[in-house]
Amino acid sequence: MVARAAREIAPGMVVNLGIGLPTKVVDHLGPDFPVCLHTENGLAGIGPTCTPETADRNLIDAGGAYVSTIPGSAFFDSSVSFALVRSGRLDLTMLGAFEVSQNGDLANWKIPGKFSPGAGGGIELAQKARRVVVLTTHTDRIGNPKLKETCSLPITARGCVARIFTDMGVIDVTDQGFALVEIAEGISLPEIIDATGAPLALPAGDIPTF
Amino acid sequence: MRLPDKIGTLEESISRISDGATVMIGGFGVPGTPFTLIRELVQQGPRDLTIIKNDANETDMGVDHLLVSGQVKRLITTHIGLNPRAIAMMNAGEIEVEFNAQGILAERIRAGGSGLGGILTDIGIDTELASGKQRVEVDGKSFILESALRADVALIHADRADPFGNLAYAATARNFNPLMAMAATHVIAEAETLVPLGDLHADDVHTPGPFVDDLVGLNELSEEYAVVQR
Repeated sequence: MVARAAREIAPGMVVNLGIGLPTKVVDHLGPDFPVCLHTENGLAGIGPTCTPETADRNLIDAGGAYVSTIPGSAFFDSSVSFALVRSGRLDLTMLGAFEVSQNGDLANWKIPGKFSPGAGGGIELAQKARRVVVLTTHTDRIGNPKLKETCSLPITARGCVARIFTDMGVIDVTDQGFALVEIAEGISLPEIIDATGAPLALPAGDIPTF
Repeated sequence: MRLPDKIGTLEESISRISDGATVMIGGFGVPGTPFTLIRELVQQGPRDLTIIKNDANETDMGVDHLLVSGQVKRLITTHIGLNPRAIAMMNAGEIEVEFNAQGILAERIRAGGSGLGGILTDIGIDTELASGKQRVEVDGKSFILESALRADVALIHADRADPFGNLAYAATARNFNPLMAMAATHVIAEAETLVPLGDLHADDVHTPGPFVDDLVGLNELSEEYAVVQR
């Protein structure tokens, strides 16, 4: 799933990878792959992650991981960092999700009464990146669908999600709702339909696997 | 002509902060957090503070000491997920917390530091973050009005500084520091290295000296500045 999501990144893009699963996408990009990774705390051109021994105490990503620079990296303040996001210079962001609705609403920052640490930069990423894709498990820990007709949790941004990568499949958000693009190896059609909380349109002909 | 010298003592600089003050604190996680200035603020103990900071640091670090000492009344922030104490105190009603979208907090501070009254944005316009905020139409588009933020005092961490208060930041320790350094009535900067006037080249200054009031050199860096072992 993470390897499949990595193929979403085209050469030349400026990309922000959200905390959690999306961060692992970077492991599937080759060292010579031409891409500029952005992090909200003020770096364009993120290099490989460091060990505690090689870490620079002043150089982290927005998730707090110690990272490095590569030739051509740039540092900037928080205002410039989000100017880049809001002005349309961020080609792609990959985010985690609690829920995604069939019209592309994303909920990923708050579970009232249980989890409310603040949205950080997530709202601007979701609302302003040119393309927003979600990486998530298809269901929550107790098996409830995360892909739903409408979100029940507070919304991060409305109508923002274009594509969802899960452990069960690749699903596009279209004007008609969820549409299955690919299915994971070993998952049956009834299984993914059953685990999805809204109608799932199927592609014509054979469904590609990944 | 010669540029004025602003190097002062830690104790005297922080003594300007009184009960009820609004204090901006630079930093995003560890990088750029002025741990030494915060320690002195805890030492001197003014209460009922409104703290404006991106995050609440982590347990036993930075802003967390101000939470333990009960000096914080209100926290204006973007994300406090790495500090369980901050979340617990918020849930128990012991501190008020106001969440902002991260780039909007930056722009509110930048506006406050630029003599502006606020900014217009569509960020969060369809979410609960927009509730209670004024709507403004411009050329047929809807925006919400986010007011400018200023503080009585800003606490800044710089990598290098000269005696006039020209500041330069290191790597991702820049974050909110140059913005907050413009947005307070009194700006106190701690610097890891103090260099003579002229050694910080004019092209390499991130925060120009006129914004800075007090400068404190750090003779040593406490453990809080070090790489966090997780």
